[in-house]
Amino acid sequence: MELLSAFFVEPFVLIYDIPDLFLQTLWEGFVSGILYALIALGFVLIFKASGVFNFAQGIMVVFAALALVSLHTKFGVPAWLALLMAIGIMGLLAIGIERIVLRPLVGQHDAILLMATIGLTLFLQGAGETIFGGEPQSMITEELGLPTGATDWAVFGGRVTFQHIDVAAIVIAGLMVAGLAVFFSKTRIGRALRAVADDHQAALSVGISLNQIWVIVWFAAGIVALVTGIMWGARSDVSFALEVIALKALAVLILGGFTSIPGAIVGGLIVGIGEKVFEVYWGGIFGGGVEAWFAYVLALIFLLFRPQGLFGEKIIERV
Amino acid sequence: MFYREAGQFKTSYKADQAIFPILQDRVGLGLIIVAAILVPVFGSDFLINSFMIPFLIFALASIGLNILTGYCGQLSLGTGAFMGVGAYSCYKLATIFPDVNILIHILLSGFFAAGIGCIFGLPSLRIKGLYLAITTLAAQFFLEWCFIRIPWLYNYNDSGAIEVPQRTLAGIPITGPSATPEVRYYVILALVIGLTWIASNIIRGRIGRSWMMIRDMDIAAELMGIKPLNAKLSAFAVSSYFCGVAGALMVFMWLGAAEVESFSINVSFQVLFMVIIGGMGSLIGCFMGAAFIFGLPIFVRVLPDLMGFSVNAATVDHISRMVIGALIIFFLIVEPHGFARLWQIVKEKLRNWPFPYG
Repeated sequence: MELLSAFFVEPFVLIYDIPDLFLQTLWEGFVSGILYALIALGFVLIFKASGVFNFAQGIMVVFAALALVSLHTKFGVPAWLALLMAIGIMGLLAIGIERIVLRPLVGQHDAILLMATIGLTLFLQGAGETIFGGEPQSMITEELGLPTGATDWAVFGGRVTFQHIDVAAIVIAGLMVAGLAVFFSKTRIGRALRAVADDHQAALSVGISLNQIWVIVWFAAGIVALVTGIMWGARSDVSFALEVIALKALAVLILGGFTSIPGAIVGGLIVGIGEKVFEVYWGGIFGGGVEAWFAYVLALIFLLFRPQGLFGEKIIERV
Repeated sequence: MFYREAGQFKTSYKADQAIFPILQDRVGLGLIIVAAILVPVFGSDFLINSFMIPFLIFALASIGLNILTGYCGQLSLGTGAFMGVGAYSCYKLATIFPDVNILIHILLSGFFAAGIGCIFGLPSLRIKGLYLAITTLAAQFFLEWCFIRIPWLYNYNDSGAIEVPQRTLAGIPITGPSATPEVRYYVILALVIGLTWIASNIIRGRIGRSWMMIRDMDIAAELMGIKPLNAKLSAFAVSSYFCGVAGALMVFMWLGAAEVESFSINVSFQVLFMVIIGGMGSLIGCFMGAAFIFGLPIFVRVLPDLMGFSVNAATVDHISRMVIGALIIFFLIVEPHGFARLWQIVKEKLRNWPFPYG
């Protein structure tokens, strides 16, 4: 009875009593949800175009952010140039990955491609530590012209704090998704991309170069990774610990479906808000720390009812 | 020429269906086992403790994962956690029933892992492929959380770690600090050989065939009368049993004490690498993959010393990670089907030698 009350009554009483805490929790969850969604977006871009489940997306986020910070602080490059150079590095990385890793492995079993990207993860981790150093670094927020500070909003007799950087993160994420949507639907390359996502062989037969498309997609994912890295780095430090958080994007991914960009965003928000609210109001029953597994268990239960994810294409099975 | 079955006539069905129908295979296996037994005579304690023992343990874990991934086609990223279940349940058994022989505990602890494996295997009936791989992450993180948050599992001690008590077999200490590496090595060797033999027979039998049917095409298998529920859950159970025993062995026979970090997601990846590099759907591949993936970092780390460079430890660590990542990609490109396939090619060549074709 006590347990039932702890589950079904007390949390709601708490929400009713301190509504500003609830709003703050929702906001925090919303912001981290956006960042999960951004990581998941990188996965979806690559999965759609090449069928590769890119495990290295998380480390690409760290790698991009580290490159940007180190170029500025260690090598003294001005912030705007460092940003351009970081974009350039992600481009080179995309070309390198396509040439060296993907091209020879076309058509292999899913598990082998997944393993190749895990190998890539190890490589990028080692390379990042060797070149940029393994210790956590703080993001160059002000040099990049991003806002800092916070605004309080008095509501329900309490107050909710908004970090300016979080607001900026949401605006930039929104702009980027809108940009990608336009890119996919209006440009020639974007349409070629969608053709490749639909059917590789049909796309090849109408003269679309798969290799070129893959480079572009990995480059786009690299830019998404850079933006994610900047935003996440501004909230905490830039360090390899971020990689664990990136694993959570996998749960987001199966919630939303591997092939759906809206799915990645909605999934990210569900996981972000869900885990914060669950941790604050229900975590105590389990002894805390439930954020570590909430996303996966939610995804697992969800998948039992809808195996293709929220927006995934319906799986039709034939013999 | 050296490796061919010509002249070896089978006079009974039993002989025809033996695991190793060819004489050369039996001789080769005998030689390998004799060599494995002789390792402690010639090798140093360092070799046994930091290579041979963990190699055998990880080979056992990769047999477990290979049953699930290579034979039944279900991708899993929860191996580390299942090994943890084995280790923690063995620890609880050993402290609750201190009088029962530790080997029995180690073998029993696999059944707990099998039970947990079945529970987390249930989603595999609805979810397939990469989606399933990610749901097994739920097992990984949820179980890791349990190992931290349920103090009963580590007997409420302050460090949160499990420490191995000393236990003996026929008067000789086999676990705990005073057990010599040689003794532990022989115990593990015996267990691994026995369990590998059992695994190879399960795979050859009816259950193993039903797993392979599910792997090759699950709907067709269902139409032909294989129950996916039985086949998939039995694969999860048997696989987790092997992983659980490997986990118990890892803590009791190798590490001596363990925390949650010993069963982290990195262990899962490491074992998955062993399976993929070794070859999916091959038992001998498990051993080759385990030797390669476990031996490679040791080799890469020792290499600068051998060549006379002195580099600081952190740099070596970073560079070795980079090299290992690159080598894994290289091997996947050169031979995506792993060492097992290379081994098959070598056998084929030996059979035809000195002619290029048979």
